[in-house]
Amino acid sequence: MSEILSSQVRAICREYADDRTRMMDIVRAVQAALGYVPSEALDLIAEAVGSHRVEVESVVSFYAFFSKTPKGKVIVRLCDDIVDEMAGSAAVAEVFKAGLGIDFGQTTPDGAISLEWTPCIGMCDQAPAAMVNEVIVTSLSTDSARAIVEGLKTHGDPKRLIRRLGDGNNAHPLIHAAVVNHLRQPGAVIFAGEQPGEALRKALSMSPVEVIREVKASRLRGRGGAGFPTGMKWAFTRDAEGEDKIIICNADEGEPGTFKDRVILTERANLLFEGMAIGGYAIGAAEGLVYLRGEYAYLKPYLEHVLAQRRASGLLGKDICGQGFDFDIRIQMGAGAYICGEETALISSCEGLRGDPKNRPPFPAQKGYLGRPTSVNNVETLCCVARVLQHGAGWFAQFGSKGSAGTKLLSVSGDCASPGVYEFPFGVTLREVLRAVGAEDAAAVQVGGPSGQLVPPARFDEIICYDHLATGGAVVVFGPQRDLLHVVAKYLEFFVEESCGFCTPCRVGNVLLKNQHEKFVAGRADLEDLAQIKEIAQTVKATSRCGLGQTSPNPVLSLLRDFPQLYEANIKPAEAGLRPSFDIKGALKTASDIIGRESRIY
Amino acid sequence: MPKKIAIIIDDNVVEARPGQTILQAAEQAGVYIPRLCWMKPLEPFGGCRLCTVKVNGRYQTACTQPAADGQIIENETEEIRAFRRSLLDMLFVEGNHYCMFCEKSGDCELQAQAYRLGIDAPKLPYLFPDRQVDASHPDIMVDHNRCILCARCVRASQDLDGKNVFQFVGRGAHKRVAVNAEANLGETNASVRDGAISMCPVGALIKKGTGYHTPIGQRSYDHTPIGADIEKKAEG
Repeated sequence: MSEILSSQVRAICREYADDRTRMMDIVRAVQAALGYVPSEALDLIAEAVGSHRVEVESVVSFYAFFSKTPKGKVIVRLCDDIVDEMAGSAAVAEVFKAGLGIDFGQTTPDGAISLEWTPCIGMCDQAPAAMVNEVIVTSLSTDSARAIVEGLKTHGDPKRLIRRLGDGNNAHPLIHAAVVNHLRQPGAVIFAGEQPGEALRKALSMSPVEVIREVKASRLRGRGGAGFPTGMKWAFTRDAEGEDKIIICNADEGEPGTFKDRVILTERANLLFEGMAIGGYAIGAAEGLVYLRGEYAYLKPYLEHVLAQRRASGLLGKDICGQGFDFDIRIQMGAGAYICGEETALISSCEGLRGDPKNRPPFPAQKGYLGRPTSVNNVETLCCVARVLQHGAGWFAQFGSKGSAGTKLLSVSGDCASPGVYEFPFGVTLREVLRAVGAEDAAAVQVGGPSGQLVPPARFDEIICYDHLATGGAVVVFGPQRDLLHVVAKYLEFFVEESCGFCTPCRVGNVLLKNQHEKFVAGRADLEDLAQIKEIAQTVKATSRCGLGQTSPNPVLSLLRDFPQLYEANIKPAEAGLRPSFDIKGALKTASDIIGRESRIY
Repeated sequence: MPKKIAIIIDDNVVEARPGQTILQAAEQAGVYIPRLCWMKPLEPFGGCRLCTVKVNGRYQTACTQPAADGQIIENETEEIRAFRRSLLDMLFVEGNHYCMFCEKSGDCELQAQAYRLGIDAPKLPYLFPDRQVDASHPDIMVDHNRCILCARCVRASQDLDGKNVFQFVGRGAHKRVAVNAEANLGETNASVRDGAISMCPVGALIKKGTGYHTPIGQRSYDHTPIGADIEKKAEG
């Protein structure tokens, strides 16, 4: 590595005060500057931040957007989600391959362009979609893919690929994206009008304990999926020992089929930051972090701008609203790891570590980010908080069902007439949702993403809420023409790719589940395979360390419960004493080749 | 005086001290809970999941879960034993474990746990991964084929040896133990006397030239199953 590059790496480390906990930012910056993180950079970073080379390598090798080998100046990452596939991503992929003359996972010989697959980038409502570096291209067709290839070959500038700007703030110069909001049904809570500062001023006129009491009274529960009561989480964090409390907003929306936070971040950033400030005040924190998924990097300049505006208006920073409350927010970028949506993995990542979940106890409220009492809240949850303070707990609790107060944003995609974001009160039936989105002929609906459940038509009258059809927001519709076994295969592949590998059942069990499921897809399974796939699924669910592994077998368990005929139809009886999954001809091939003839028996 | 804690493990009342985990309290009372990644005096890791028990109806790892008064814990139920057999099966098929000619045979904790739970051969299909062997160090051999990613070496090197020789790289099925050097262990400051080396439960970190000092037949688990020493305390 040249002296210039070495000084570049050292300068990057200095920019982050040689702070080991800022490893994500340091590695991101090195990756951006050099196109990869060379071996020598591992040593330089380790030396600068007082760590060990292998510790840095550990982080670099964990995140999909970091690389130890050189990549193209431009990386085209085509979304490989099932919804993109249904919208024609395979044909688009062929155009990229042919146009660039490389396969996925390769870089053009001139080092200009790399081509990769990437899991859901939060654009299922405008699939097929891809990231070209940080630029998002959506609603791809073979024609537009050809134009992208041409553009990259001639000018090589991803920003110039944007032809038409999207609606709303997508057209803001600091976002400047072709992304469309598809906000089909704004509701009374999240997407009502904005009055920056109103909720915060109300909160500051109350005591922190009163704020928490108000949030408790609203019966607000976490919108990310787990559904923990927000007021209770804040009370735990407030009561925990330690002065340096912190609130973290989980904007790592990565569940395939979810994109509602994208629209909130684009159109209601003020509401989110208002909720964070209220949370900070309630728990006694002076610091907030937004963990923004790497795929949404295109939103970062705009979000920084909103933060700056709020500082200028006295809604953030020192002495907020003249009430003596100090609170500021920093945006922490992720780098392509679904697991970091799990709150303790997210904390690890914020600390500059691999995105491994942590053991609980201690819970984040007791010991979270850098050992400090931490509250991690979802984007949508924090927006709800701002509304609760603005209009009162009673107002908020009037929406929704008994155990699930308020509204829920649904990201609807797949086989429906109007994919996009819908705000429904909790308690809406799935059938009503399907009617609203134009998908009344649905054959199955994945509610809650791959980690949720695949719901058959017989259950369409069940309601969306924490106790029945729970969802962090993803609703993916499958029409009668879709092969559900294939859908499940895609989801299982996703979990194999995204498991952090910390614990045995998730690391190994998900691979085994995927392999076992493939036997059914190939029609080579027998009854014993059915028993085995159940056993593996149950072990992974029961013994995994975090929510990823505890829910990754759900696609299989969903099929077993609500679509058992799909597995059963693919069961073959044993023939000639051989299990159908055993390929005797394949096993004998080497021997046959040597002796120059086929087996007389098989 | 700290309050006394009483927990119930498979119908037996066990006393625990505040701050003890379920695994520690059980062990003190002569109840053995199978484990692989857990080892004194390392910090609990919670990765192998073999010590999974059911606590008041919820699955928890005994090595990380603090004992709390009134807990009703299932340890040796058929459900839990089945999970443990599955987990051990997963560890076997994930790597390449050739017990019959591994020099750790008889002293290997993975093998011993499998025998304790009545596993003769894995039921799950082998994955036959392609893994590396690193014999670059004069006194130590690293065989990734037999590694179960328990992190004992990672933790011991960091917390006991103060060296950070080992750390995990990659994620998911690609996760493996890497060394603090560009290429191999020979370039690091690892020593055969490091706690990290002797704490390996399997044949992944091997001290060269000592493989058969203890003959087969006189090894740790040749005559009594793993955990027998702990259970003996209860009888005695």
